[in-house]
Amino acid sequence: MRRETILNLVIPGILLATALIAYAMEEPYIITLATKAAILALAGVGLNIALGLGGLVSLGHAAFFGVGGYAMGILAFHAQNYMPIWGVIEGTKSMPIIWLVALIASALTALVIGAMSLRTTGVYFIMITLAFGQMLFYFAISWPTYGGEDGMSIYLRNGFPGVNTLVPLNFFLICFVILVVVMVLTDRLGKSAFGLALQATRQNAARAEAVGLAPYRLRLVAFTISGAVTGLAGALFADLNRFVSPSMLSWHMSGEIMILIILGGIARLSGPVAGAMLFIALEYVLEDLSHYWHVYLGAILLGVVLFARGGVIGLIAGREVAHD
Amino acid sequence: MSAALLIEQLLNGLQFGVMLFLMAAGLTLIFGVMGLINLAHGSLYMIGAFAAAAVAGWTGSFWLALMGALMAAAMIGALVEMVVIRRLYDRDHLDQVLATFALILIFSEGTRFFFGSLPLYLDTPDLLSGPTMLPGGIEYSKYRLFIIAVGLAVGAGLFWLIARTRIGIQIRAGEADREMIAALGVDIRKLYTLVFALGAALAGLAGAMIGPIQSVEVGMGEPVLILAFVVIVIGGIGSIKGAFVGALLVGLTDTLGRIMLPQLFGLFMDASSATTVGASLASMTIYILMAGILLFKPSGLFGGQS
Repeated sequence: MRRETILNLVIPGILLATALIAYAMEEPYIITLATKAAILALAGVGLNIALGLGGLVSLGHAAFFGVGGYAMGILAFHAQNYMPIWGVIEGTKSMPIIWLVALIASALTALVIGAMSLRTTGVYFIMITLAFGQMLFYFAISWPTYGGEDGMSIYLRNGFPGVNTLVPLNFFLICFVILVVVMVLTDRLGKSAFGLALQATRQNAARAEAVGLAPYRLRLVAFTISGAVTGLAGALFADLNRFVSPSMLSWHMSGEIMILIILGGIARLSGPVAGAMLFIALEYVLEDLSHYWHVYLGAILLGVVLFARGGVIGLIAGREVAHD
Repeated sequence: MSAALLIEQLLNGLQFGVMLFLMAAGLTLIFGVMGLINLAHGSLYMIGAFAAAAVAGWTGSFWLALMGALMAAAMIGALVEMVVIRRLYDRDHLDQVLATFALILIFSEGTRFFFGSLPLYLDTPDLLSGPTMLPGGIEYSKYRLFIIAVGLAVGAGLFWLIARTRIGIQIRAGEADREMIAALGVDIRKLYTLVFALGAALAGLAGAMIGPIQSVEVGMGEPVLILAFVVIVIGGIGSIKGAFVGALLVGLTDTLGRIMLPQLFGLFMDASSATTVGASLASMTIYILMAGILLFKPSGLFGGQS
């Protein structure tokens, strides 16, 4: 087995072990941190489809994360108030339905934003995705029905058939299983005909076009899938906090999801997982150390970008597979 | 809506646009010459505002504060260029985004460490406080007129610098072919530091001038930064003229949208929901403007091939 293949098993294994050990030691807070890491990792896996496979530097993925979060918030809000949406659609507290709605809503958002942004490339693309993300952020702030700037709380975590989701470990396991399933699917996607074509457009769009591929369409599909996965993570994140607010849509969120990938290693399957665990661990340790922990986070990020471009996985597994 | 109110709002939009131009000009210059996308440009705006507040606190003079802001932003800009930014020119855009995002984290938290989290306020200088009478009997804030005048003067100076001076020739040559001008004996490293410091000084000036209108606080640069991106995307990256037109377009659209949309919806809705819908849509108008322009001109109004 290649070292990276082993890491792909070990890294999620560490996350699972952390939660199980925390359960055995009756440390629910650590389980919550592990859950947060799993969810952020899922958002990172989503962004990695656009960023790692497609080479699309999207600085607006908080838009999809937030749309997923608001999908959960709005459905649960209407369910807990017994007020159907527009008097017709009942809200729901059932996770599978919420996930489905979050996936569809964020996929549609990504489709629209992607259709416009992907007409451009390079710096324009970065700035435009950032701008559209910001548009949704300001819209959420100025729309008062669902809490406006203050966001809104959900009294009880949503339910999953047959599982008591109020038990921290159960909710962690739900998130972890989703993460693993999505990682397996992403791996298959990367090796499929679509994934190979997408990577060809990243490496050289002109040549890919010359052999008959359609870069715009490939990128749009990738961007949509990427947004949908990040949206699903958003729904879980809102469920974890039982709270959704415009901060989920802020561009700092986009930056954080991107940081996860870079800390772990770009275009690596378990890069976002390693990155998310590292990020949460840093947050936990540094926040204790200093109120101004973002300074250290910034310094570490700067160091990784300037001197350790492969991230954690690049350091351990070498650069053997990242040959571009 | 009365004509006086309309003119007042037009001037407000102009003032906002001029501020955005100061930000966008630096960004677009830095991108045009060095090919660098600089997210930390908003931090330089914030640094300008804090430097102005600090100097005004020590000396009580607004004019010294303005000078202090310019110098602080230019010096920190030059320093950051030499320590970090210089290493990013031949990296891809992703690395540039991440490294400059890291700089934002460092600058924001650093500022919070030195100045605390409470917002600071800058006083308007006596000379410029209060309203003045415009022709046609319209009262308008002297200070905002001052911002418009400074912004337009800086814009004219920038056009002159780029079109007529030796530095400007080097900057334009650097945009066209950086290896060639290095081969011709221009110290390209010094030129890059200079351009970056110039952009930083413009951002610092903008931040210092906005001090008496808004509160000076950590994170104040980011909304402006993102609007400046919208401006550049509309105007075309690398074009100062594009930045100018784009900035005025965004400034006017945003200001007028906030006033007119709620009134427009008031025509066929009850007052409270018209305010809600109007305000929500008004927060989106400039992005819709951007999307519309991109549909027809993917590389912006004055951009070359992207």
